[in-house]
Amino acid sequence: MMSEMEMSRRGVLAGSAATAALVAASHVEAQPAKAVPPAKMPVSLTVNGKRHDLTLDTRTTLLDALREHLQLTGTKKGCDHGQCGACTVIVNGKRINSCLTLAVQHQGDAVTTIEGLGTPDKLHPMQAAFVRHDGYQCGYCTPGQICSAVAVLDEIRLGVPSHVQADVSQRPQPTNIEMRERMSGNICRCGAYSNIAEAMAEVAGAKA
Amino acid sequence: MKPFTYERAKTPAEAAAAVARQPGAKFLAGGTNLLDLMKLEIETPRHLVDVQDLKLDSIEPTSEGGLRIGALVTNTALAADMRVRRDYGVLTRAIVAGASGQLRNKATTAGNLLQRTRCPYFYDPNMPCNKRKPGSGCAAIGGYSRQLAVIGSSDKCIATYPGDMAVAMRVLDATVETVKADGKTRAIPIADFHRLPGDTPHLDHSLEAGELITAVTLPRPLGGTHHYEKVRDRASYAFALVSVAAVIQKDGTGRTAFGGVAHKPWRVEAADDAMPQGAAAVTARAFADARPTDANAFKLQLATRALAATIAGGRSA
Repeated sequence: MMSEMEMSRRGVLAGSAATAALVAASHVEAQPAKAVPPAKMPVSLTVNGKRHDLTLDTRTTLLDALREHLQLTGTKKGCDHGQCGACTVIVNGKRINSCLTLAVQHQGDAVTTIEGLGTPDKLHPMQAAFVRHDGYQCGYCTPGQICSAVAVLDEIRLGVPSHVQADVSQRPQPTNIEMRERMSGNICRCGAYSNIAEAMAEVAGAKA
Repeated sequence: MKPFTYERAKTPAEAAAAVARQPGAKFLAGGTNLLDLMKLEIETPRHLVDVQDLKLDSIEPTSEGGLRIGALVTNTALAADMRVRRDYGVLTRAIVAGASGQLRNKATTAGNLLQRTRCPYFYDPNMPCNKRKPGSGCAAIGGYSRQLAVIGSSDKCIATYPGDMAVAMRVLDATVETVKADGKTRAIPIADFHRLPGDTPHLDHSLEAGELITAVTLPRPLGGTHHYEKVRDRASYAFALVSVAAVIQKDGTGRTAFGGVAHKPWRVEAADDAMPQGAAAVTARAFADARPTDANAFKLQLATRALAATIAGGRSA
């Protein structure tokens, strides 16, 4: 057995995914007699402009539908409890945690993931700004950060208020403190926060 | 997560009947708290009735000069509504002090009222918890209780209601409107909506099985300045250690409710009368029956200081 020291980061991630799959399987087998059996349902999602018709176990989160069924692995699973923001996607124009919502809740919804924002050849302005400002280090939280950042600038444009406004009856402005407050649901353990806020400020300024 | 079946209801009465009819059924709105608890198998519904198609997502004026907030209005939409920002600033302030932008986009008004405690022992299935498993005991009493209740607790449970929105609704004297499985409706004053733990800490609120929240109504605007001061371990995206919702008039009178201190938003109307005498006079009355632990007694002083900061002009709307 590998020692902790020998285990690579990738090995840890792959190992925990396999463990999670085993745990999930044993849970299903260990159902008490009165429990309901797993149920499957059809659901249609439009992801990055393309419609997908799926039949999924009702327990499938939107995150797992994207990653495991549509192979869109750009969206990341961090905590799987809505605490880290790595799974952030944009649904019908609004950012949400895809780990805390069931795929079957999104019949007919339009989902935008990091794959739908830009491509390596044609980056979204926010992706380009993250590159220019070094808004990441390991990159694991980055897809969620970028989806969140794009939606945050929309929220500011639409006048959605925030905790750091001196007067919530006024329109918010795209200031550094606003970016920081509004991005608090996206954790970056490498600590690229200040560069992320600068990337966002650049994109906000370019559009102003 | 335990397996479950799923349906989408078309009307509030149909949704209520569907949950009342099937054992182990629950309503599903935004799902941000329920899904989290289902993954931990703290919540194990056998059937989910999704209420997103019930058209309860608008905010309308009432004939009494207040607002009627549909149960499915998202936290973001409620906080951003210009009428709320102008006339009920304490509510906007409380909502934007809670959770993250992603969660507020999905979480609903009704779901926010129904969110469950964040007591670490409730969240840990290996520990006894009378709220999660009635009769199993309370590991929080004598345990790590820094975040937990200082007043209104019992020898069965010292959990707190974790939310911010309801604390503002308590200071505004909101009313929770519901429909039951038989189609009957009722209006529950927010003061009576959340319960104290007593001997039945597994009951967070006064809803009956299958009773669905359809709206929250706000009375006429109170005027005055609106404040929500939240003290927490991080500057953003953390639950309150103590929060203060207040509406203060020019003459120094006003009303206040506290979050993070009890099993429900904590307001003592007799304490409101002391507002002109200052924060210490208010909290002396509001927390006269406090029973803090050694680890959370600091919340009493913190409540006084947070209210003092609020009266001095703190974070107003």
